[in-house]
Formats: sequence, C-alpha cells, structure tokens
Amino acid sequence: MSEAVLSSLPRLAPTQQRIWQRFTPLQRMLRLMVWMAIVAAIVQSARHVEIIPEFLYDAPEQMGDLLSRMWPPDATHYPQTVHAALMETLHIASLGTLLSLVFAVPLGLLVATNLTRNRLVNLVARILLVSSRSVNSLVWALLFLAVFGPGPLAGTLAIGFRSIGFVGKLLGEAIEQAPRGPIEALEAAGAGWFARIGYGYWPQVKPAFWSIVLLRWDINVRESAVLGLVGAGGIGMVLDTAMNLFQWDRVATVLLAVFAVVVVAEVVVTQVRKRVL
Amino acid sequence: MAHALEIEGLVKEYRRGQPVLKGINLRIGGSGVTAIIGPSGTGKSTLLRCINRLIDPTQGAIWLNVEGRRTDLSTLRGRALRASRRQIGMVFQEYNLVERLTVMENLLTGRLGYVSAWDAWRRKFPPQDVQNAFALLDTVGLGDFANQRADALSGGQRQRVGIARALMQRPQVLLADEPTSSLDPKTSVEIMSLLREQGRAQGIPVIVNIHDVELARRFADRLVGMSGGQVVYDGDAAGLSDAKLKQIYGGEDWLS
Amino acid sequence: MSGATLSSGRISTPFRASALARGVSGALLVYTVYALSQLNFSWPRFVSGLDRGAHLLARMFPPDMTKGDILWTGMVESMQMAVLASVLGIVISLPLGLLGARNLMPQPVTWLARAVVAACRSLHPVIVAIFFVKAVGFGAMAGILALMVGSIGFIGKLFAEAIEEISPKQVEAVRATGASFANVILFGVAPQVLSRFVGFATYQLDSNLRNSTMVGIVGAGGIGGALFSAFQRFDYGFVCTILATIVLIIVLGELLTNQLKKVFHV
Repeated sequence: MSEAVLSSLPRLAPTQQRIWQRFTPLQRMLRLMVWMAIVAAIVQSARHVEIIPEFLYDAPEQMGDLLSRMWPPDATHYPQTVHAALMETLHIASLGTLLSLVFAVPLGLLVATNLTRNRLVNLVARILLVSSRSVNSLVWALLFLAVFGPGPLAGTLAIGFRSIGFVGKLLGEAIEQAPRGPIEALEAAGAGWFARIGYGYWPQVKPAFWSIVLLRWDINVRESAVLGLVGAGGIGMVLDTAMNLFQWDRVATVLLAVFAVVVVAEVVVTQVRKRVL
Repeated sequence: MAHALEIEGLVKEYRRGQPVLKGINLRIGGSGVTAIIGPSGTGKSTLLRCINRLIDPTQGAIWLNVEGRRTDLSTLRGRALRASRRQIGMVFQEYNLVERLTVMENLLTGRLGYVSAWDAWRRKFPPQDVQNAFALLDTVGLGDFANQRADALSGGQRQRVGIARALMQRPQVLLADEPTSSLDPKTSVEIMSLLREQGRAQGIPVIVNIHDVELARRFADRLVGMSGGQVVYDGDAAGLSDAKLKQIYGGEDWLS
Repeated sequence: MSGATLSSGRISTPFRASALARGVSGALLVYTVYALSQLNFSWPRFVSGLDRGAHLLARMFPPDMTKGDILWTGMVESMQMAVLASVLGIVISLPLGLLGARNLMPQPVTWLARAVVAACRSLHPVIVAIFFVKAVGFGAMAGILALMVGSIGFIGKLFAEAIEEISPKQVEAVRATGASFANVILFGVAPQVLSRFVGFATYQLDSNLRNSTMVGIVGAGGIGGALFSAFQRFDYGFVCTILATIVLIIVLGELLTNQLKKVFHV
C-alpha cells in the first residue's frame, strides 16, 4: 500500500530533478587532489625503497635462528647486572620527567594564547617546544654524551629535554581549553596574572596536567630503556654489551625485564588514573 | 484481511523468573495510530523493540504479514532478519540521528537495507531514492535543510528527520518509542499529528509508545493500556475511564 | 573588623593545599634527592660538563653546509620511510582496531586483537628495528617495518578505544533500518570516529617522521645513520645542519597535516 502512495508522487523530468551532492565541486576537487598527492607520495616512496628479495626470503629463518638462541633466557644474569641497571633506568625516567616540568610548566603557560596575550612570546615558546619535541631522546642523548660523557647524567638530561616539548604543548592546549567563566570572575575581582593562574587556571587544569605527566612518565620508562644503547646509562647498556658479545640468552633476559617494567608502569599509571584523576 | 502485525504470547525475561512481558497478544492492522500507554518499566519499550528484534524475545511469536506472506519475526536471523527489519520503520525518543551526517544522509540511511556497502560508501543511492527523500523532506516541512548537519537542528526538527528516515524505508509498520518525550508540548502535538497523517497517507499502522495520556487520547484511534507486563485495556479513547487509568497507572493524584 | 572575630580566633585560608597534595610534593622532593644520589651526580662533573657544552655549541656554529647530498638522500629516505610505515600501519590498524572494539565484537576476538596491538606497543621502535635489521638486513626496509609495528600499536589501541566511546543509539537506529553489518559500520560507526581517526593517523605520521631519524642510528635507514657517524667523527658542524633540517621538516610536516585535516573536514 505504501508503495502505491509513494509511486504516485510526481516523477520529475531529469532536468527538474533536484540534485544532491555531498560536497561542493570545490571540496571535491580539493579532496581529489589530496588523495592523489597521498597516492603519489606512497608510490614515490615505494619505488625508491631498496628491497632486497633474498633478505626478505630468509627473514623467517633468521628470526627463527635468533629466537632459538634467545631461549631459554639467562636467569642468573638478572640479579647480577640487570636489576641494578633496571633501577637506574627507572630513576632516569622519573628524574627526567620531573626535570622537564621545570621548563615545561613556564613554557606551557607562555604558549597558551588565552593566558599570554603577547603573540611574539607565544611564537618563541612554540618554537622552543617544537624543537624540543622534534629531536628524539636518543639524539638528545648523543648531544649530552658529547658534553657530559657517558653515564646516566646524559640520559636524564636527554629524557628531560625531550619531555619539555611534550608536556609543554599538551599543557598549553589544556589551558586554552579551560572554560572562561571562573577566569572572568577572578579578573572582575581584580586578580593579577599570578593569582589568575593559581586560583583560576590551575584548579581546572590540574587533572589534565597530572594525566599528561603520568603519560609522559610511562613513555619515558620505555625511552630510558634504550638510551643505554648509545651509552647514556640504564639497562640499554647491559643490552648493548650482551648484543655485542652475541649473548642472546642474556639479551632475552634484558628484554623480558624491560617488558615487565613497562607493563608494571602501565598498570601503576592506570591505577593512579582511576583512583585519583 | 490479515492484520499487518500479529503478536502471540510474547514473553520477555531479562532475568530468569522475572518476566518483563508476561504474554502479550495483539493484532494490529489498518492505517491508524495505536497508542500504548502505561507506567515506566511496564515493558512498553521492550515490546516495541521485540517487534523489530532490537531485543530478542524469550518466547512467543510475532507475525508480520507482507504482500500475502506471513513471517514469524521472532525466529529470523541474519539476512532474513535484516530483510524483515526493512519493512519496519522506527522512530526513537532521542531521535538517534547520526549527528555528524547531513539531514539528507540521515534520510538515505533508511535505504541502507537496499544498497551495497560499496555504493553506500560512495553515497551512490538510486536517483529515485534521492527524489523521494526530497519529497519527504518537503512533506515534513524541512525542504531547505537537506545539507545541514544533523546536530545543527532543534529537537523537533530532528524528530521530523527521524520520521522521514523511517518512512524512507517504505515500511509496512511504523513504530515510535516515546517520540515526544524529549519535546516541548507544542512540538509534541506537531509530531503526533505528523505521525497520524503520514500513517494514513502511506496506509500503514503506526504504533506509538507514549506516557502522555492526553496526547494519546487526542491522536490515537486505539489505545492499549499495559500494566505489570500485560495488556489490561484495548479499545478506543472513549472507553478509557478514570477507573481504567487508575488500574493502569495506579495512584490518584495525577489524575486531577 | 576582621575574620578573626568571626571564627572564634582561628583564621583558615580557603586554598590551603590538601594533606594529600603536600604529601605528594614532599615525597617527590625526597625522591629527587634520593635518585640523584643513586645516579652518582657530582656537582664538579656537572660544571665541567657545562664548560664542554659551551665549547660544543661553539663548534656547532656555523653549521656545515657542504655535505648537501648526504643530507638530502638521508632526509628523503627518512621521509619515505615515514610515509610507507604510516600507510602500512593505518591500513592494518583499521581492521585491527575494529576487531578490538568490545562493543562491536565478541570477547575472544577483541581479546586477540588487543593482545596483538599491545604486543606491538610494548617494545621500543629502536629495539624492534634491531630485530628487523637482523631479519631483513640493514637499510630502509627494516626501518619501515619497525615503524609500522609502532604505528599499529598506537593507532590500533586508540582507534579501538574511540569506537568503544561512540553513542550506541545512533548505531541502533541504523541497525533498525535493516542495514547490513558493513553499512552499519559505514553509516553508524564511521561518522562518529572518523575525525578522531584522522587525528591519530596524522599524529602518527609526524611521530614516524621523528622516529625515522632514530632507527637510523641502529642501521635501519634514514638520516639517523649520517647523524650518528657525524657524532662519532666529532663533526659537530654537520650535526647542527642535520638537526636544524630535521626540525624544519617536522614543522613543515605538522603544518601540512593540519591542512590535510581541514580538507577532510575534521
């Protein structure tokens, strides 16, 4: 019955039919261009990447060989060397994160456009934050190694400087998203810049801030583990030694230990987030 | 002539031994509005959702009569279930539009049961569907809104889109689960009026869950009162006395 | 008139930090001192390091502009690695994330999908790169595979979480029209998660660009190799050039991806 009613609606001639298009012609052009650019980038990259078929073919065999040498892991290695190095890694991660706050908090305040109105200051802060982020912690480690020599000092500073960009950027965004209401109330009451931050922005941004710090600590635990590969302290150095000596069972121990620590760190972070944030 | 929808002995238990629906028997056909009234928690929404199998019944049969074929909806699965769902349109209390899509895309959602995924992704719907969509938009009074995003609309406008979406399916039955509960009184009247008018125009029965008894009395041709998971009244507005209402809802204060 | 007379002689400040906050701050301070001692921090060493640092900065400027071709090939390779790794990662993460969404898929399936994603996240890209170098040899291929694994770990997890946060009502309505599973995903799920997915994908593209410099240090291709050897040769002028180029490319990359997001309407 409903078919009969609907089909009795006037069937418009094609020229009279209303056309529906999801995107305007301009939008369609732009989207097409972007898709084509993406495809071109992929094709271009794929053509120039050197893929040596022989290496690909015996890859499974190589992996199998490696894995068999890694099993069983050398359990005695743990108490001797791995444990101390693991603790050192944790210290590097934690200290580095705390250190980064010293610079990240002021820069985060300066880069938030609603808090700092001076555009030039915003820009400078952004440049500093971007530079800090763009350089890997591993590369920062190389720099600090050249300055301070091998050891965990270089590693801690590397983690710290890398984290400044991450924490600063996210903190700035959190501040920019804080609702204006309480801030306006404080302004109306005559509060100065510091008062506005302390009583207006800080209480609102607090949960986001600690969440960001925890997240960065979690990432830093992972990153600290590999810094030792270039000599910046922590478990990476044990790993490097074992790999250079082809002691794959010790390598396995180290990797398992790192994995365990990373899992524990994630659990800790999840629990803290659930209870406190 | 067989009724479009026949419900026999419908039972639904969310927990063992605690049935929400305790054996519902209803025959619904024709092209009028059937309003189901009753207190919250009495299973009105469960009943409606059992019909199009958004909820699976525990026991009982739901017969859908389409073009001379009789199917028991409660036993269908997979492709057959989806094919039968196409025949049943549903309007929701909170409109349930896809907010980030435009009004036109939301309308065409009603035809998703008929197009392939590849066509759906490219938004290549049959041209007649698009024309029908425009016509329906005009009918519900939203002719200029085709390219607006759904979340830019007011509540009443969204519900109209919801009704148009259901009608795009060219259904045999139209279900409406508390369509006016989120709307202000004036808009509620407009929506109920639209539902009744479209039901008559398309020649299909409209089943509406509603808790506003006055609205039900005003717009429904048939009233089904539910209480405690069972049908306790089935008739027209005239026969719905205060005594009956008290039996359905319990308590007296709200009646004055 | 002062508050003192109102509250029987005791003035309390409304914004006094809670006991918990003060406890935590104190604990962090204590920890800092402890950790510093564990790491054998010595002040003289730090100061002499600062002096060497000043020398280092002096040697980095002016930057060495002569080795343009090494720089160019290395950067191009890094960018190509980032593009391919991101694309491969995205292509694999889409179905994997979908399979990991607990509101769409049955438990054994989601458990497996999430386990795979978690495994990809657990190891650092550099370590994964070392393994791939052993498996497929030195060069960009190892780097691409390593970065791809990292991308899956990131995008897959966030994508599954984004899907779990969608409104079930919109999905219910699309199901009620008799749409197939694929159509329900296309019209009910995808519009709700698309913008967040594009956000993750572009972030991962930037991240891969940054990390591609890192995997080169262990021989997996890209500018990292040139950077590492420059350090070892104490060629700090070239180090400066490379670092400056990296920062520049990354900034450009971020600008580009912002435009990309606008075109796709997110």
